[in-house]
Amino acid sequence: MTDDTGFREAAATGTLATEERHRALLQPVVDAARAIFAAKASSIFLLDRETDELVFEAVSGEGEGDLIGMRIPSSTGIAGWVLVTGQPIVIDDLTQDPRHSAQTAERTGYVPKALMAVPLTNGETPLGVLQVLDRSIDRAFSLSEIDLLILFANQAAIGLDLLQAARRARVLLDHGVGPAAIVARMAASLESMDDPRQAIALLEALDAVLRTS
Amino acid sequence: MSERLMPAWSLTAEAAASIAIPAEWPHRISRDWAIGGATGVGVDVCILDSGVDGDHPLVGGLESAVAVNFDGAETTIVPDEIGDVCGHGTACAGIVRALAPDCRLHSIRVLGEGNAGSGELILGGLRHAIERGFAIVNLSLSTTKRSFAELLHELADNAYFKGTVLVASAHNMPVESYPWRFSSVISVGSHEESDSYVWYANPTPPVEFFARGIDVDVAWFGGSTLQCTGNSFAAPHIVGLSALMISKHPDLTPFQLKSVLYLTATNTGGAA
Repeated sequence: MTDDTGFREAAATGTLATEERHRALLQPVVDAARAIFAAKASSIFLLDRETDELVFEAVSGEGEGDLIGMRIPSSTGIAGWVLVTGQPIVIDDLTQDPRHSAQTAERTGYVPKALMAVPLTNGETPLGVLQVLDRSIDRAFSLSEIDLLILFANQAAIGLDLLQAARRARVLLDHGVGPAAIVARMAASLESMDDPRQAIALLEALDAVLRTS
Repeated sequence: MSERLMPAWSLTAEAAASIAIPAEWPHRISRDWAIGGATGVGVDVCILDSGVDGDHPLVGGLESAVAVNFDGAETTIVPDEIGDVCGHGTACAGIVRALAPDCRLHSIRVLGEGNAGSGELILGGLRHAIERGFAIVNLSLSTTKRSFAELLHELADNAYFKGTVLVASAHNMPVESYPWRFSSVISVGSHEESDSYVWYANPTPPVEFFARGIDVDVAWFGGSTLQCTGNSFAAPHIVGLSALMISKHPDLTPFQLKSVLYLTATNTGGAA
């Protein structure tokens, strides 16, 4: 992706806001998914293409304070299978799976009994996985619950896509060498100055020269 | 009549008599005709998935197990030293074994090498499965990558013409994915009933059949069993039933097999 493409993307989506604001797009999705399914927890994994790992980006419920940023392999375990195959899955009685129990307990300190997982994609690009852990078992499972989970997945995918675009734009803003990045850095510097009047006067003069040349 | 030099893209009047095919179909296909007394014996079924734990009592042994590796340029087939990296492949194998106890199960692992090369692994694994000439391949997976669609389509058609039946789980996400949408594969979604012998023909494809996929008791790691839901568990039900049909009627082509599945479906009056 070129600098200009990145900034066009950033401008179009308003993604030069803070990381926290973009991450906040994801939190209501996991909060709502957890509430709708009366679940113990819900989480969103983002696929990190650089390292080929899944990273916890949003958590509601169990592990909410500790799991953000934790990484797992992208193609092993249930979340990895969902990501690679693109297939939603619902599993009950996970405590019988000794490997899953040991690994998740070691990583997260919490062993779910039941798990729903659905892939998050943007067009043909896999973005991550949405999980709902230990939904209420008061009602029988039905196909409509998978449909509901997919609705949440669509929303989560949009949030993840925006978060990734924001991060790409942030990298360009901090390290880019193209004209758009330089102008953006100047704008950021101006905004951080206590009294930018002299600098603005200089830039206005430069702008006038450029317009007449 | 001399042998024709041109490929048989058309059928001359003289040639018509020379391609008589023994097709002793009863007036009405019944389930008893299709699978009555069948055990899957002699049928090679391949699970293209996360690997299979052959030692699981519900899987009851594997005839072969390989893995697909991808080095960034090309795929290679190697003996599978790791086994199931998720549990899912073991689950699919157990479903097939429960329906077709005497079939021969094979595993091709296409998971575990990272997400980046997953499309190549699926293609490489499927190519290998078709070369091996397995009767049926279970594909509880799909890819959304358009660049793989054309190659997958070619492979699916090759399988169809070579007599390898591909059974793929339908993707119930609002995105285009493959290979389940191809007409040369048998695509399967879930119904909500708990009977493994209930399957429906869908009058409005692309999903062609609905089979058991909700709250299925399946084999998993370490000899355990779990209850699972998803279209990926519906596909192996149709695979198991297809193995029964092929063991009883070994000459069925993929086209005929799909017809038998249709005629004996629960909603076409052929379930009796």
